[in-house]
Order: sequence, then C-alpha cells, then structure tokens
Amino acid sequence: MSWTRNVLRVNLSNGSITHEPLNMQWANDYLGQRGLATKYLVEEIDPKCDALSPENKMIMTTGPLTGTMASTAGRYSVVTKSPLTGAIACSNSGGYFGNEMKNAGWDMIILEGKSPTPVYLYIENDKAELIPADDLWGKSAWETDELIHSKHQDPMLRIAVVGRAAEKGCLFSAIVNDLHRAAGRSGVGTVMASKNVKAVVLRGTKGVGGISDPAKFFKATEDGKKVLAENAVTGEGLPALGTQVLMNVINEVGALPTHNHREVQFDGASKISGEAMLEVRASDGKANLTTNGACFGCTIACQRISTVDKNHFTVKDKPQYQGNSGGLEFENAWSLGTDCGVDDLDAVTFANFLCNEDAVDPISLGATIAAAMELFEEGAITVKETGGMELKFGSAEALVWATEVTVKGEGFGLDLGMGSKRLCEKYGRPEFSMTVKGQEFPAYDPRGIQGIGLAYATSNRGACHLRGYTVASEILGIPEKTDPLVTEGKAALVKAFQDATAVVDSAGICVFTTFAWTLEDIAPQIDAACEGDWSAERCLEVGERIWNMEREFNLAAGLTAMDDTLPKRLLKDIAAKTGPAKGRVNDLGQMLPEYYQLRGWTPEGVPTDETRMRLGL
Amino acid sequence: MEITLKLYASLSQYLPETSVKHATRIDISPSDTTFTLLDRLNVPNEEVHLVLLNGVYLHPEERKNLNFSDGDTLAIWPPVAGG
Repeated sequence: MSWTRNVLRVNLSNGSITHEPLNMQWANDYLGQRGLATKYLVEEIDPKCDALSPENKMIMTTGPLTGTMASTAGRYSVVTKSPLTGAIACSNSGGYFGNEMKNAGWDMIILEGKSPTPVYLYIENDKAELIPADDLWGKSAWETDELIHSKHQDPMLRIAVVGRAAEKGCLFSAIVNDLHRAAGRSGVGTVMASKNVKAVVLRGTKGVGGISDPAKFFKATEDGKKVLAENAVTGEGLPALGTQVLMNVINEVGALPTHNHREVQFDGASKISGEAMLEVRASDGKANLTTNGACFGCTIACQRISTVDKNHFTVKDKPQYQGNSGGLEFENAWSLGTDCGVDDLDAVTFANFLCNEDAVDPISLGATIAAAMELFEEGAITVKETGGMELKFGSAEALVWATEVTVKGEGFGLDLGMGSKRLCEKYGRPEFSMTVKGQEFPAYDPRGIQGIGLAYATSNRGACHLRGYTVASEILGIPEKTDPLVTEGKAALVKAFQDATAVVDSAGICVFTTFAWTLEDIAPQIDAACEGDWSAERCLEVGERIWNMEREFNLAAGLTAMDDTLPKRLLKDIAAKTGPAKGRVNDLGQMLPEYYQLRGWTPEGVPTDETRMRLGL
Repeated sequence: MEITLKLYASLSQYLPETSVKHATRIDISPSDTTFTLLDRLNVPNEEVHLVLLNGVYLHPEERKNLNFSDGDTLAIWPPVAGG
C-alpha cells in the first residue's frame, strides 16, 4: 500500500483534532501528494473564497514513496489556494520534514479554520496537540526552529515554520523546513500565518511500511538508483556545481532575463555563477561553496552549503551570518542577482540567507525588487518611498536593504511584500510587472526559449518553471534536443512535461530525478510500492487528470483564458537585444491554440465534456 | 583566424592558465572543428555534452564537420542540468 491511509484533520477555529481514513478511491485516481491533496482541497473549499480567510484550507501532504528507500523520496507538498495568484497553490519541499511526517503515520495533515491566537501544531506519531505560540510570534523562522527544539529538548524534531514576513502579510511567504529547505512558491506561508499557525513540528518513529511487493520494490529502487548514479547529470553534474551551473549556460544562449527583463544577457553572470562559487577568496582562502548536501534519501545531493566572506559589508560584525548556511540555487542567484543587475556574489548569497531565515520565496522577492528598481529608475518610486535608499539596478546595498525590509515587514518592505503585480499597479506602471497570474517569473526568458513561454502562460500556479521544465529539452537536450527558437512542436512538448511532472510531484520524489529517469523508471517503483497496476501509461493519465483538475479549480476561482498570457514586454514591447534570439519576442499566439486543442479544451481554455469524461472528472 | 573558446564546469581545468573567466582566445586554421580544438587542449571527447557556437546549439555531427569564422565564440559544458 505504501500510503499510511491516515489523515490528520486539525480544526484551528475550535481546536479539535481528528483522525480519518484516507479516501482510497481518490488515491487510486490521484496517487498522492500534489494530486491527492488537490482533490481534497477541490472537494472541501469554495474556489472563490478569500485565500487568507478561515474558509481556505492548507494541506501538508506526502506521496506514496515519501519515506521509502526510493531515491529522493523525502518530498512533501503544501496545497492551498494562493493569496498571490488566486489560483491553486502547490509548493514542494525536500529536506527531512516529509519523511518525518510519513514516519509519524500521516499521508496528509489538513489545517482548517483559524486559530484565535498564535499556536504551533506538535505531532508525535499518533499524538497531536496545538501549543500556544505567542512567544514565537514575531520571531524569524530560524529563531523559532531553535526555540522549539530547545523547548522540547529534542534535536530530532523536524520543523516547518513561517517567518516574520508571513506574519506581516507578505504575499510570497514560504514555509521553511530544516532551516534551508522551503515550500517556496505562491505564498503558502502567508496562508499558514493567516491561520495563526507559526509552525508544524513532527516526530515520527513508526517507520514506513506497507510496501505492496517488498522484493519487487527493492529491485525497482535499486535499478532506479543505478540509473541516477550512472547518469552524468545526476551522478556528477548536479553534485558538483548544483543548479547554479546553469547561470553561464542560460546567459550564453541569450535567455537570462536581466534588469527586470529589459535584457536577455548579463555581463556579470560569470561572477555569480556556480563556477564562481568554487573560486577561492583572497581574504580568507575559502570558496563561497563549502560542500554539497542532500535531502532525505537522495542519491543526487545537489544542495549548496555556503559562506559569505566575513569581511563583506553584509556580515561584518554579524557573526551569526558568518558560518555555513544554505547556498545559492540558480533561481535565487538569478532573481536576487541577475534580474536586479547585482554581480556581488557575497551580497546575493547573504540576501538568500535572509530569505531562508524569514521564509520568503527568493524568486518572487528578487523579481519584485527588480520591478521596484525599474520603477525607481523611471521615477515612479523615489527616495521618499524608500526612505532615502537609491533603489538602482546593480546596487548590492539596495538589494540587501530591500531584502531586509521585506523579510521583516518594515516600511517600504510592506509594499515589496505585495509582489510585483500589485507593486507596479500601485505605482502606476503595471506593464513593469513580469508575472503570469500574479506570480513572478523564474530565470528563463521566453524570448530566447519559446516553449517555456507557453509553459509559464499555462502554468496552473502562475509563472513557474517547475510545472513544465521544457528547458531540459530546449536547452539541455534532455530527453532529446529541440530548438529553443522555434514554436513548432512546443505545445505537445509543454503538455508532456506538465503531465509527467504532475505524476512526479504526486509520488513523493524529486523532479530532478527526471534528468535521468523517465516514467518507465518511476512507474515500476510506484507499482511495487502501491496496490494495483501502476504502468507508465496509467501514471501519465493520472498526471493529465491532475492537470485538468487544477485547471478546473482555477476556472471556478474566476480565472479565464485571458490569464494564460505573458507580459506585453515579452510579446511585443521589447524584443531581445542580444544573443541568438536578437529581435525575437515570444510567439505565444502560435502555440496556445494548439495547446488548448491537444489538451482537449475549448478555444476558451475550458476542458470539454469529452475530456472530462475521459479523465473521470 | 581567432575565436574565443569557453570551457565551463569541470572542463575549466583544461583551459590554459592565462584564461580569464573560463575563456581563452585561440588561433585556428580554416580546417579546425570543435573536436580538433578540444583535442589540442586534451579535453576528452566523452566529457563534452553541450556545445554552443555563438549561443546556438551545435549538434554532434556539426562538432565534427563545422568550421569557424573569425571572432566566433565557442562555449562547451560537460553534462549539466538545473532547475
């Protein structure tokens, strides 16, 4: 079975905590984690509800492989309605929290209502209780983690926590677990804080059992690990340079959004790249990168552990920031660095530390700061709003200041915490916001990579690379190379990536395995772990069902085909100025109708009755 | 003729010591291809994965056959990915 078949339901309004069996019919149709929790959410909330009201619910959820011996099987997701986008939110995290949740015996934890006062949820196997957290409110995520560990005198606790930004209403607040791992996107932390929940604390000692066919599972997971180890990307490339190896790649292909997407290449890219993180500093003889690290059960180990030069202005006289901490991923280095025009590796690393410390999505933060820098340079924001700070592209001081005020929810940081869309609307230049459905762009420019433009425009959670990472094919040649500058075939490519990713996100494993694994590698692991026949074909059908269910939630929430678009800057206003895509915009109009057709949707982007029946929706 | 050769990630070790930012200027003959250049720098062919000529992907066949123009930029990586 592999599912624990147990759901913990916590009504925060009246303090009741109940156990209930997992709906196994839904598990058969939606597998687990992203798919299954979204099914619960769809059935239990009004899609039109205010995301920050007690009517919204927040579900922490594992997949059937979470906590097993499958490689990377430490994942969990947070599913809720997003306050940033008004669409479905599903944010996935690694670390050790997901494994602990499974070991405590829970497939899912559903938080509903709103606590009258700050609390944290403490779970030790079957026992669960709400504990007052008035003394933790106002503390950073890192402080809270330390205080809870100290209070319970248990170093083995796994804690997922929100920081000060979420308490102050920052709409892109994350939930950080294990200090440096995050359910990062779409403001899931803002929802948790709106319910007056500071942390979810786990201790699980039950073990993860119930594997349907243990011998077959042992073989399937062993085969899978062999594939990962022998693949040059997952076996060597990701452990060595992490995701940050992409900084120079994406810059060279001319698809690295720079200065709030005004340019597609950044002169300073190499200074904040994965290679730069290996260079030894003259001041202390150390490199930015100390070592790599791994989440629970992971045989790839792409995590970065880094230090900032202790003489750098960001950490000088601040010993608490001079040690090792979670280092830069490509997305964070892009948003906080490239998009803001900052090529100071230490400053970007420090800003990323602050995002972890107070549980803020660094992609949305960096992209929002970049928008604010453009607003400042165009005169829409002045030193009057910033309290004297010259918020200019390229300024490391401005980047760090903007990060600090946002994560603490102070002054102009409250404006930045609204996100790029609302910020640019407030200051009268909505065209400066580089968002889809209100969520900020990741690190790939749709002018230089046409397919990712379609993936952003149609992503169910707003602009996101992880809902359909066509970059793998268009740039890296995985599983096969396609031309990033053509639109032909991209509708099918995007759909294939979206459906397959929905399965991976529902299984309890990391999407990075798909640099080496196909569904032919993943399905045997699910099949051996779970009851029933889980072929690659069935997995793909489940993925398509999940995608359409998410779409229907968004439509019911009030989104339409009009929201499946990109900012005008990318469609017509500013063509790429340099690189192979010079002169190009994104030709979304050439791809979107075909995409709707392939999906079995009407020209208005609505699943047809035939599609709904085929997928059992 | 001269082109700029950039070797990234684990391939950086094969660059001459005078290289700056993973790049070196290199004299080429009209008959040179990606593989002849890499042989000259002792870069094992099996470590080469992603090859970009002026930012545009070079298919494996082109790496054997395609010649360069003066001022080209050739950038090369081992197998890499990210997210």
